[in-house]
Amino acid sequence: MEAEFIKNPLCAYEVHKGNFSREFVEKISSEQDEPQWMRSLRLDAYKRYQSLPMPHITPDDVWRRTAAMCTQDYWRRTARNMRGLKLEKYQPVALTPNGKLMQSDPVLPNTSAAQVQSNEASGVIAVQDGRVVEHALSKELVRKGVYFADINTALQERSDFVRSYFMTKAVRIDWNSFDALHGAFWQGGFLLHVPKGVVVEIPMHVFIALSEANRADLAHSIIVADDSSQITIVEEQLSADVAAPGLHCGAVEIFVGRNAQVNYAQIQRWNHQVWNFSSQRAIVDRDAEFRWITGALGSRLSKLNQVSVLEGAGCRVDMLGLTFTHARQHIDIHTYQEHKANHTTSDLLYKSVLKNQSQSVWSGMIYVHPEGQHTDAYQKNDNLVLNKRAHADTLPGLEINANEVRCTHGATAGSIDKEQVFYLMSRGLSYDQAEKMIVAGFFEPAMGRIPLVSVRKQLQQSVTDKLAI
Amino acid sequence: MSNNLVIDNLHISVEGQPIIKGLNLAVKQGEIHALMGPNGSGKSTLANALMGHPFYEVDSGEVTFDGEDILGLEPNERARLGLFLAFQYPTAVPGVSMANFLRMAVSAVRAENSNGGETTELIPMREFRRELRDKMKRLGIDESFARRYLNDGFSGGEKKRAEVLQLAMLEPKIAILDETDSGLDIDAVRIVGESVSQLIGSELGVLIITHYPRLLNYIRPEFVHILLDGKIVESGGWELAQLLEDEGYDPIREKYGIAPL
Ligand SMILES: Nc1ncnc2c1ncn2[C@@H]1O[C@H](COP(=O)(O)OP(=O)(O)OP(=O)(O)O)[C@@H](O)[C@H]1O
Ligand SMILES: [Mg+2]
Repeated sequence: MEAEFIKNPLCAYEVHKGNFSREFVEKISSEQDEPQWMRSLRLDAYKRYQSLPMPHITPDDVWRRTAAMCTQDYWRRTARNMRGLKLEKYQPVALTPNGKLMQSDPVLPNTSAAQVQSNEASGVIAVQDGRVVEHALSKELVRKGVYFADINTALQERSDFVRSYFMTKAVRIDWNSFDALHGAFWQGGFLLHVPKGVVVEIPMHVFIALSEANRADLAHSIIVADDSSQITIVEEQLSADVAAPGLHCGAVEIFVGRNAQVNYAQIQRWNHQVWNFSSQRAIVDRDAEFRWITGALGSRLSKLNQVSVLEGAGCRVDMLGLTFTHARQHIDIHTYQEHKANHTTSDLLYKSVLKNQSQSVWSGMIYVHPEGQHTDAYQKNDNLVLNKRAHADTLPGLEINANEVRCTHGATAGSIDKEQVFYLMSRGLSYDQAEKMIVAGFFEPAMGRIPLVSVRKQLQQSVTDKLAI
Repeated sequence: MSNNLVIDNLHISVEGQPIIKGLNLAVKQGEIHALMGPNGSGKSTLANALMGHPFYEVDSGEVTFDGEDILGLEPNERARLGLFLAFQYPTAVPGVSMANFLRMAVSAVRAENSNGGETTELIPMREFRRELRDKMKRLGIDESFARRYLNDGFSGGEKKRAEVLQLAMLEPKIAILDETDSGLDIDAVRIVGESVSQLIGSELGVLIITHYPRLLNYIRPEFVHILLDGKIVESGGWELAQLLEDEGYDPIREKYGIAPL
């Protein structure tokens, strides 16, 4: 049966390109007539941004003097590859609603309505260069009280709601310089609110795209799943232009209520000219289940900070990651499993394949608070290095402040097994086919735990494409 | 009909150490050969080198398959010509299901164009499934095997059965069975023996490497070869295998002046 949907007439904006200055923070805020609290938040964040050290241009002694939680150690392995980053080259945007409806033809496929109609998605939002260009939501969900809108609209329609979640409980403006930059210049992204007990079976789709050269995207995503609700969100980040340089400096804040079940998948496929920074934090309440799926494939350089806070007793978090780097890509992912309550379970599996001269860094921490008795935490990172010049760093970590816990971690790094290649080739497979099969087999333990066929297919396609390059 | 696999004065070394030193052998479709020899005499070295394992260096000699020199070919090209090796120690490939792997392998080997590469068209799923199910049943392999990862966590006997299943699926012209009987329980030896016999009926030639005559009771070889000191020192009929069983290798060693181990 076809689903009924609403397709919001989207407000057209005049787009002003700016720079990372205080004046432009004010312009962003005033052009959209933002509430006072947001304006102060932005200005606060800007102040932080100016005082926090930038990892790639900060001398060692400044790090030593900085009291911020953002340590030199956190950046060390990636900062040297960030030397080419010139922030002044990238332009954030300010948007002026011009009272008209959107006319321009977006780069993203204009298919949101069709996706909802065919039950492929129950809601779609597409944001391009910081500006929402597509929006559709199933009528059934509207009736059930689900709120799903781009965040600029949400700020107009639900200022108080946004205020109680926006960079207050999860991602903070003061953790590192990029979070501060984000707080000051954020634009685009979405707010999803699923009320208590509402079960959404069909996934929501979000597209965040960069298209114009030298654009900075600072999308902010908030997901609030109230008690006993269920929802799956698939967010894709992509470049409309394969060669346009860009910057993404994003934040994702996820709140999983008691007994709720949330899946959040983020597939990152920026082109190789995009610098990618993102802070993501999920706060998970009692008896809830949260599954975090990360496909990191694109970007020139990525620094991702992903934190799961197991806040309520009996909750469970799964963190699944698949990364594949090639050429000169550098992807650095820091994960944090924070157990704050008893009988909580977290299970992390990150699988990385590296090709050519690419690099990956994974550093993970399982942190158990004294209240985290009977924690069951697991953490594993495996790396398959296809070429000698590729390099994988893997740094597992545990910090345990409770006595009745079970925490295990493991990390591996290795090259492709020649005996496996020979075995498969002796059965008729070419070298390329054998390599492809071994890589697929390597990813399988993580892939097999992704409950979404469409996401699995997309990731498999990307793996195939990357191997063929 | 001419011989399919012809080995002429082959020399192979392992890490600079000569192991096979001038070996001659010819196998054609429908024939059953047994190759026997003490531990470490080089049987697996020969088998792996014939399949194209890069670790084993062919120093001199010639190997042809259907008249074509195969020593310069990649292992997959040899497989596509119709050569198969059931390994003594099969390699595990975690994460790759038996079914996925076999579908790919069967498609690659049966593909019309012999260039291989990424273009292999997979044989239709239903057709493949039916064939796989039939052959698994005949070999007494449980259906759940198809979903298991290739040789990953398989018991010794399960690995050997899986090798025979691959043999049955790939339908080569010539197969080398490297101690496929070791690790098999009594029933499995019979099942494997019978299945291979059936395949021989339909034009398979085999070179069976074994230490025990048990499997040979089901697949009675016409030719028995003894490998000693890198060469086939003696070839004969079934009576040679029986002689070995009774007297061991010492009389043969003595006869050829090879020092006992
Ligand atoms: N991969 C290898 N690495 C090191 N040495 C090897 C390797 N393969 C074979 N050799 C050596 O080559 C010689 C022949 O070994 P091979 O495995 O061919 O013997 P075999 O006749 O198959 O013995 P078995 O009956 O025990 O299976 C031995 O000395 C062995 O140690
Ligand atoms: Mg052997």
